[in-house]
Amino acid sequence: MLAFIIRRVLQSVVVLLVVGLVAFSLFRFVGDPVDNLLGQERTIEDIDRVRSELGLDQPFPVQYFRFLQGVAQGNFGVSFRQGRPVADILAERAPATLELAAVSALFAIVLGITLGVYTAIRRDGWLSNFIMTSSLIGVSLPTFLIGILLIYVFAVELGWLPSFGRGETVRIGWWSTGLLTESGLKAIILPAITLGLYQMTLIMRLVRAEMLEVLRSDYVKFARARGLSQRAVYFRHALKNTLVPVITITGLQLGSIIAFAIITETVFQWPGVGLLFINSIQFVDIPVMASYLMLISVMFVVINLIVDLLYFAIDPRLSASRGGGH
Amino acid sequence: MDDVLLSVRDLVVQFPTRGGILTALDGISFDIKRGEVLGVVGESGAGKSMTGAAIIGLIEPPGRIGGGQIHLGGERIDNLSMDDMRAIRGKRIAMVFQDPLTSLNPLFTIAEQLVETIQTHLNVSAREARDRAIALLDDVGIPAASRRIDDYPHQFSGGMRQRVVIALALAAEPDLVIADEPTTALDVSVQAQIIDVLKRLCSERGASVMLITHDMGVIAETADRVAVLYAGRLAEIGPVRDVIKDALHPYTHGLMGSIPTLAQEDDRLVQIPGAMPRLTDIPDGCAFNPRCDRVFDRCRVERPDPMPHGTRQVACWLYDEQQIKAAE
Repeated sequence: MLAFIIRRVLQSVVVLLVVGLVAFSLFRFVGDPVDNLLGQERTIEDIDRVRSELGLDQPFPVQYFRFLQGVAQGNFGVSFRQGRPVADILAERAPATLELAAVSALFAIVLGITLGVYTAIRRDGWLSNFIMTSSLIGVSLPTFLIGILLIYVFAVELGWLPSFGRGETVRIGWWSTGLLTESGLKAIILPAITLGLYQMTLIMRLVRAEMLEVLRSDYVKFARARGLSQRAVYFRHALKNTLVPVITITGLQLGSIIAFAIITETVFQWPGVGLLFINSIQFVDIPVMASYLMLISVMFVVINLIVDLLYFAIDPRLSASRGGGH
Repeated sequence: MDDVLLSVRDLVVQFPTRGGILTALDGISFDIKRGEVLGVVGESGAGKSMTGAAIIGLIEPPGRIGGGQIHLGGERIDNLSMDDMRAIRGKRIAMVFQDPLTSLNPLFTIAEQLVETIQTHLNVSAREARDRAIALLDDVGIPAASRRIDDYPHQFSGGMRQRVVIALALAAEPDLVIADEPTTALDVSVQAQIIDVLKRLCSERGASVMLITHDMGVIAETADRVAVLYAGRLAEIGPVRDVIKDALHPYTHGLMGSIPTLAQEDDRLVQIPGAMPRLTDIPDGCAFNPRCDRVFDRCRVERPDPMPHGTRQVACWLYDEQQIKAAE
């Protein structure tokens, strides 16, 4: 088990290095940050001076190496645009994104599993058919459109919920949370639904398909033949077996919830790291972009590791094959 | 009549399909006495497993019981509600399935599955249920039961898993155990042990067994009586000894002739020509008539119902008393 974790962590480091390399090679095509920094009235000398101050005159492998050197020492560089350490900016913005992602994920997982199980058990009920049909909307509509539609209905027409921002926040240490104030809770509803809807429908359809498969299995038949209650058959025997493949997809989806927050944050002007990234691209703020991408990759890698560990917790057959049997 | 545990009368099971209603079981009647082992034989698709599923109330939808009655200990059970039937499943009628590798839930330990089953049917504490579970595993011949009970199914071999399945089936002391091809998926060397365990434990507990199989050897050694099914109908039923020695129905005769024995090793095995008809095109009259070597006109028009013949019942016009009289 420990060897497995160490192996996975080493693999993850390689993944992160490659992600960073790819990111850095792409940054060369985003534009020249010096144009934005110096404005219209710049001279050639100014440009060259700023270039060498920022190390932009170096070839990109050298820039990348310097960036890594900094990261290894906990120094993510200084934002070109704001002139502040990137670490501070990210720490300020991250709680908004993480809270949004967490609420979306909770919404997607709880509702996805519940509806998936319901539509599998009542396979031919009219409500199941209705849910299945409307879930196609969630799968096929693009995120920004869902966001705009929700804003139109609930913010513009009905006026129930705010259309942008995060509401009031409360600071707990360095973490600023919007989950403790009424306006903060109201503000997170629409973005969370927008961000989680696609994952919710995906999880629901996956749970349903897996559940139908499991309900046909011999051990479910045998559980029924032993006279176990419907509840035990569905929620003990069938659901646990359903969850094994569902966890993989859900884990990957959690990663993409954080990554796709960019679009939702833009639509709702949510002050998170995604919005920060979009603004940084316009300004070619390389340290911020690089740190953001590294942060997202770290989250992906960590989530995947957790998913792998969850398998061991759920499926005893895995620990046997890895641990060499009993 | 008191010693009749299960009585099945004119059982019909149907599957509505796009092309019309398929009749999978067509008027099956038989009794199982208390403590008796009834063998049920027939080709694949003859309706053996369907009969078991109908009795325990687990026919896969859209299939349904389309007629007839099933009584257990004098009480009618084919029309019970889901909840009432659930109280009978496991408690009074238990089932053992064919494949022990897939019958057990891979994500739960043997202890969890046994304790859950025991506590569903008996009002005992978790501690008592566990002790009972260990005793059951001991009974079915699992070595070091008190240690192995916390293992997962994948840690057992196929034969051992089938023993666990039997322990699960017997957990609430059922009156009837329906064993649906319990040895088909196992190694030949293990089959005899499993049948032995099943037979011994059921007779110790006074439980009746409905043993579904296509292995006539198993029937010959285990069953008291045997029912032969063909195309969803009962061809012949009677004491095993009589049926094996002197099969009445031409189909049973063919079935017995297909068992290889060492004594007649030079002879060719008897084959029944043709194949069992599909449910969609069962011929008029006797379902077996196109393959029967003793067929006559009446067989092609009129369907024979099982009629008494000595210790047995046989659905064949050859034994119709009128025929016999007419021949005299």
